[in-house]
Amino acid sequence: MTEEQKNKAVIEIRDLAISFSGQSVLEGIQLEVYEGEVMVIMGGSGCGKSTLLRLIIGSFAPDKGSIRLFGREIIGIREKELDEIRKRFGILFQSGALINSLTVGENVALPLREHTNLDRATIEIIVKIKLELVGLRKQADKMPAQLSGGMKKRAGLARAIALDPQVLFYDEPSAGLDPVTSAEIDQLIVDLTHKLNVTSVVVTHEMDSAFAIADRMCMLDKGVILKKGSRREFEQLRDSDIEVVENKQDILIRQFLRGEAEGPITERKTQSDYEEDLMMAGLMPHG
Amino acid sequence: MSKNNANQERDDFRGWAKVLKPIAGLGAGTLNQSRKLFAFWGGLFLLFSETLSVTGEALLVPSAGSGRRALIFQMVRVGVKAIPIVILIEMAIGMILPLQMFAKLDEYGQAEQIATITAIAAFRELGPLMTAIVLSGFAGASIAAELGTMVTAEEVEALKSMALNPVRFLVVPRLIATVIMMVMLTIIADLAMVFSGWLTGLKLGIDADVYEKLTWEAVNLTGFATGLVKAGAYGMLIGLIACYLGLSVKPWQGSEGVGQATTNTVVYCIVAVIGAAAVFTMIFYAYGLFQQ
Repeated sequence: MTEEQKNKAVIEIRDLAISFSGQSVLEGIQLEVYEGEVMVIMGGSGCGKSTLLRLIIGSFAPDKGSIRLFGREIIGIREKELDEIRKRFGILFQSGALINSLTVGENVALPLREHTNLDRATIEIIVKIKLELVGLRKQADKMPAQLSGGMKKRAGLARAIALDPQVLFYDEPSAGLDPVTSAEIDQLIVDLTHKLNVTSVVVTHEMDSAFAIADRMCMLDKGVILKKGSRREFEQLRDSDIEVVENKQDILIRQFLRGEAEGPITERKTQSDYEEDLMMAGLMPHG
Repeated sequence: MSKNNANQERDDFRGWAKVLKPIAGLGAGTLNQSRKLFAFWGGLFLLFSETLSVTGEALLVPSAGSGRRALIFQMVRVGVKAIPIVILIEMAIGMILPLQMFAKLDEYGQAEQIATITAIAAFRELGPLMTAIVLSGFAGASIAAELGTMVTAEEVEALKSMALNPVRFLVVPRLIATVIMMVMLTIIADLAMVFSGWLTGLKLGIDADVYEKLTWEAVNLTGFATGLVKAGAYGMLIGLIACYLGLSVKPWQGSEGVGQATTNTVVYCIVAVIGAAAVFTMIFYAYGLFQQ
């Protein structure tokens, strides 16, 4: 950890908060991601992890707080300046988000065509290299609709790395994929991070892949960061015995890490006055 | 005593409140609707101004070739496929109009004037208008559905995250395509309607040469040009409304949001186009463009 902290923070988030129609979605988020590491943001569905990702990439603005990318504050800056920062990162969306009217190759070529002055031949070569990296060189002329889910994701990844970004964001990279494809994507994330010295931020709830790729991890629950630390710390917590862990929060995190059906997360869900609810629904005669 | 008074007042107030409530509801509803309408036109105007500025930028800094192809693709989709339907509809109207007018005009011995009426109706009004209504369903709906689906599939967000402006990338080619195709289709529509009127006239026993002569007299450059100006404006409205409503779909609304946007697009387009037709005709009339 100390070694990582010597590196400079590529992403710095301070006191971030956002609410949608009165309901708080994220609250008091403090997070920093250092150069060259894989940071995994975990949490159950609806915990706010996708919202956090959207805020970091500037899709919309938070209610309060600060987000610094490459040392520059992105809250409240002009769209043009934000675009300059956006060219330095790549995003793999959950479904790949390929433009459906363009072929796979054209999708990868798109950022190159729009943001560089490279000639057609050079772009073609770069596209081939990027597609080869994700194992899709043969599929360059296919339309996205002809690809399987895993291929779409890999093509999306090729497009995300087209401009050689310094930071890569992954939104649920292994969601909806078979275990082998999912493992392949994990391998790709690790390879890209170490070969190209990219900083990666991965949002996921798949624990296997999280532990396979993370340098550091952070657990999000109900819009708050419960714990952040190195993968090692989280592994220790996962493998710890019941007696050792007394902290209620740690028990909750451990349930999530182990993917167990019983524990505080489950209790929280079922606790809500079930009987009363049933009665309200009409089992009791109304006055 | 004073307490009684207060109670009395409160009861009075409640009585009034009961009466006033529906009126208040009506007021609130109207306010809400007008706020929505205002937001809609405001949003449309913002999109329009951004499209203009982005188009200017795109013309000054031509991007590496993807633009022209996108434009041609959109033109084919928006317009070329609509040609048969436009011809069909305009030919039907070109037949209906003379048949309806014939008996009355014949009474006055002016039967051949159906040529004038058909030509004026076609070039000034019904050519552009009917084409616009066809395109509202044809282009408007498909653009809104496509853009809405792109939003729900994260494609629009992906564009933004790649520092590509969705307005430049998606709206500009569609808008230009609808405007151009609206004008082209209107020319086809005008001709189809006049041709069908001519055929009907022949059947009704009007001399072909007379019909042609009257048609040429009725169609002057002003009438033709105002028709095309209208067509361009309708195309602009259809393209803008469709793009605006399509892009207004929220990612979490899914297929329901896309369906809603599509329906709204057709309804709003038709209302906007017919409203614009009325305004145009009034303006042209006031400026005496239709006087000769």
